[in-house]
Amino acid sequence: MARIGVFVCHCGENIASVVDCERVAKISASLPGVTYATDYKYMCSDPGQDLIKSAIAEHNLNGVVVAACSPHMHETTFRKAAQQAGLNPYLCEMANIREHCSWVHDDHEKATQKAIDLVRIMVEKVRRNHPLEPVRVSVTKRALVIGGGIAGIQAALDMANGGIEVVLVEKEPSIGGHMAQLSETFPTLDCSQCILTPKMVEVAQHPNIKLYTYSEVENVSGFVGNFKVTVRKKARSVNMELCNGCGLCTQKCPSRKIPNEFDRGLSNRSAIYIPFPQAIPNKPVIDRDHCIHFKTGKCGVCEKVCGTKAIDFDQQDELVNEEVGAIVVATGYDLYNISMDQPNDKLEGYGEYGYGKYPDVIDGLQFERLLSATGPTGGKILRPSDGKEPKNVVFISCVGSRHNAKGITYCSKICCTYIAKHGMLYKHKVPDGNAYVFYMDVRTSGKRFDEFWRRAVEEDGLVYLRGRVSKIYEQDGHLIVKGADTLSGVAVEVEADLVVLATAIVPQPNIEKLFQNLGISYDEYNFVTEAHPKLRPVESSTAGIFLAGACHSPKDIPESVAQASAAASKALILLSKPELEREPLVAKVNEATCIGCFYCLRACPAKAITEKEIKNRAGEVLRKVSEVNPSVCTGCGTCVSVCFSNSIDLEGFTDEQIYAEINSVIERMSVIQQ
Amino acid sequence: MRFAYYPGCSLHSTAVEFDISTRAVAPLLGIELVEIPNWVCCGASPTHQRDSILSYALAVANFNKAELVNEQIGVQCASCYNNLRRALFELHHSDEIKKKVEKVAGLDFGNNVQVFHLLDVFRNQIGLEAIKEKVTHPLKGLNVAAYYGCLLTRPPEAVAFDDPEWPTSMDDILQTCGATMVDWPYKTECCGASLALSRTDVVQKLSHDILKMAKTHGADCIAVACPLCHSNLDLRQKSIEKKFAENLELPIFYYTQLMGLAFGLSGKELGLDKLIVNPWKLLEEKGIGSKKS
Ligand SMILES: Cc1cc2nc3c(=O)[nH]c(=O)nc-3n(C[C@H](O)[C@H](O)[C@H](O)COP(=O)(O)OP(=O)(O)OC[C@H]3O[C@@H](n4cnc5c(N)ncnc54)[C@H](O)[C@@H]3O)c2cc1C
Repeated sequence: MARIGVFVCHCGENIASVVDCERVAKISASLPGVTYATDYKYMCSDPGQDLIKSAIAEHNLNGVVVAACSPHMHETTFRKAAQQAGLNPYLCEMANIREHCSWVHDDHEKATQKAIDLVRIMVEKVRRNHPLEPVRVSVTKRALVIGGGIAGIQAALDMANGGIEVVLVEKEPSIGGHMAQLSETFPTLDCSQCILTPKMVEVAQHPNIKLYTYSEVENVSGFVGNFKVTVRKKARSVNMELCNGCGLCTQKCPSRKIPNEFDRGLSNRSAIYIPFPQAIPNKPVIDRDHCIHFKTGKCGVCEKVCGTKAIDFDQQDELVNEEVGAIVVATGYDLYNISMDQPNDKLEGYGEYGYGKYPDVIDGLQFERLLSATGPTGGKILRPSDGKEPKNVVFISCVGSRHNAKGITYCSKICCTYIAKHGMLYKHKVPDGNAYVFYMDVRTSGKRFDEFWRRAVEEDGLVYLRGRVSKIYEQDGHLIVKGADTLSGVAVEVEADLVVLATAIVPQPNIEKLFQNLGISYDEYNFVTEAHPKLRPVESSTAGIFLAGACHSPKDIPESVAQASAAASKALILLSKPELEREPLVAKVNEATCIGCFYCLRACPAKAITEKEIKNRAGEVLRKVSEVNPSVCTGCGTCVSVCFSNSIDLEGFTDEQIYAEINSVIERMSVIQQ
Repeated sequence: MRFAYYPGCSLHSTAVEFDISTRAVAPLLGIELVEIPNWVCCGASPTHQRDSILSYALAVANFNKAELVNEQIGVQCASCYNNLRRALFELHHSDEIKKKVEKVAGLDFGNNVQVFHLLDVFRNQIGLEAIKEKVTHPLKGLNVAAYYGCLLTRPPEAVAFDDPEWPTSMDDILQTCGATMVDWPYKTECCGASLALSRTDVVQKLSHDILKMAKTHGADCIAVACPLCHSNLDLRQKSIEKKFAENLELPIFYYTQLMGLAFGLSGKELGLDKLIVNPWKLLEEKGIGSKKS
């Protein structure tokens, strides 16, 4: 016999201002199976929870329905309370009368009716609930970090220092990410390399870190605590054991006209190269697309000059398997492509700015390279076209960002501060030069960031013009920047020698493939989505996978590092447990009726279903049926919907329960119609 | 492919050569243009300045007439195109506006009409391949600056069929016709538009800048898709030359006239005699056509 208690929450004003909670409780009390019903201002508060606990004891309840907010918010809270009162937690359910009712309706009468219906539905469900026990799984005490930018480096170091073995996978030949390309960093203007390289070295030397550079994650399977990862180590064509990093090969390589990615095309590199002087590992890699040996079979100069016989033209990609319990995604960002050719058709380029056509129209990272002591100009500000020192430099903010017509609505957040930095550093190097900034709003939020940009204006004399730039073109050896100064209401034209575009921060190209492989959600721009925007900012939508840095949204270094440490500690918490408990809301096969078509096996996105042989006593296989591994099953229910013989049910969401839920409202409606 | 053709007032008067050349070129590409019987003003300049609802009501009147011919409407005048598309946009996006407009017009707005600029039709529906097949007299050696003006692609949410700031459809078509397209920055600058009447000085300055920019980027002529741009650049060119003491001598063609030349049509069939800046010297010099033929 069902003895269900219904607890209706006012959520302060949130529910009670629209729904008549007292009436909902009163009517609920008369529903079949309900023994007790009441309402209260804040059911999630301590006294609210006590109310539930004492009602369970007093009325000997064997089921609980809490009519309140979304189960995402408080299901765990109320199930815990039920458990403390001695009830199996899976006999407690929530009816969402806030997000699904009071927040979206304003007709009080109808909303109250709907709230009663929502309770009615849940009561029917709870009548058919039965006690469930959590699934227990073991934990592999190792972690994987994907991406070796500052975020990945920080997360790897924190976890390694916490005593966990860490596998760090970086797709480029060196770790460091974009921070390695920066000159000096706001707001303190300390040299980026000086604060980054010690951390890179620490990664390389840490006994708990296994570093795979020039490698990518090829496949991920498993689940929280027990992920199986396949890493592709791309052929470097250099034997890392033998190579001593002397660099002679890179000096002698005859193929030298390849645009240097690290300098963003502002200099050239050889086909066998070390990406930058402080690279980790500091050993070269052969770029096979440009290597004469790989293109024609001739050359082989590097092989000849190498004293340690480290060049290995026959090296193949290698696949290695790793088992880890937690994953931190730190794949960082890329810059919006300004040209007309866009990676996806939601984005429009800026043909009117002539990027790629005029060599002196460059992006922010290219300017970082011009500022950098290790850059192509040795830190002198010399423009790409003719190597002259530019006397008038225009910086343009929001190129791509906050521009609906170009397809990106969000703010890239870090540009306003780095533009101020760029202008400032430029003025320090070219004191008689002029720096103009076209901006929409100056958004330098961050500790001491506002003071920083004020300093750029007040002490270094940057000229800020509020307006967009409509076009850039070349005339008589100058770049004409046509824009608007909306504060004085005039059209302005600046004759510039160099234009720096603060292009939008976007995720890495094609990164969604990795995210799909990991099974984590991402937004329409391909930034990873966090589990909760306020309360779970470093967790992905999938248990055991955490996120850090600019792969989540545009971020500066302090934020990336903070998030990385947070992700690392979340992972450490997870890995500190001897075993994990998982929700038992998983699929269950009725072996008696399963016809062994294995349609479910093919449909299962979590790869949780396997074939099971049913044998007779003599050990002969009679037939095969599906079997669900409860520690892998995510409870999505796909198998249930594709099962022809109706042999799979989802615990906690059985067909019987769902039909009973639906029938309860249909019955009421037919009553109304009569 | 059949279109309800909306010429608008300019193509029946000051821009008659745009109309002539359009009617000459379209059938060669398999487009049938049926002029909307008794079309009325599109609701441009004076009307939309004064009262947007009245402007949309005129558009609805035209849509109703068009539906008798075809639900796809083809337009050439950039201003008509802009107005009709904007009206469509508003009618689709606001029930309140739709109700008001239907009341003022005394007509229902059937949701089915579509408005296309013929440049869009040529570029994206007919396609460059089909255009190429028709080219018999490539515009070899002719350096053309394609000028789109302000109305053809903006505001983008309502009208754009091409990049709003850096359109390329006219460039693509004329390049296919054998012309050398000039890479120049003033494709979408303002010519001054209807300020021609009230502030001629402003128009002279803006149009001068456009002509000058085209010239310094190596253009022999300019191609346009808007009657108002055309009259500012063509009709006023003499006075601009005088005012700025410069010799510009840039023939201003409607893009359909250049397509027609490439398709082997004669100057007469394309209304070239209506142009103010004489195109023949240039065309003869480049061996593209002669006045006599
Ligand atoms: C012009 C400019 C100036 C800036 N100046 C400053 C400043 O002065 N101060 C400041 O605080 N911030 C600054 N920033 C921001 C700073 O660059 C970022 O905050 C920081 O780099 C983010 O670090 P990250 O590790 O999240 O990403 P990234 O630096 O992008 O690193 C991501 C790493 O992941 C790797 N990766 C990507 N995909 C994969 C994959 N599938 N598998 C394996 N590895 C992968 C990448 O190769 C890269 O090494 C600036 C940014 C720009 C554009």
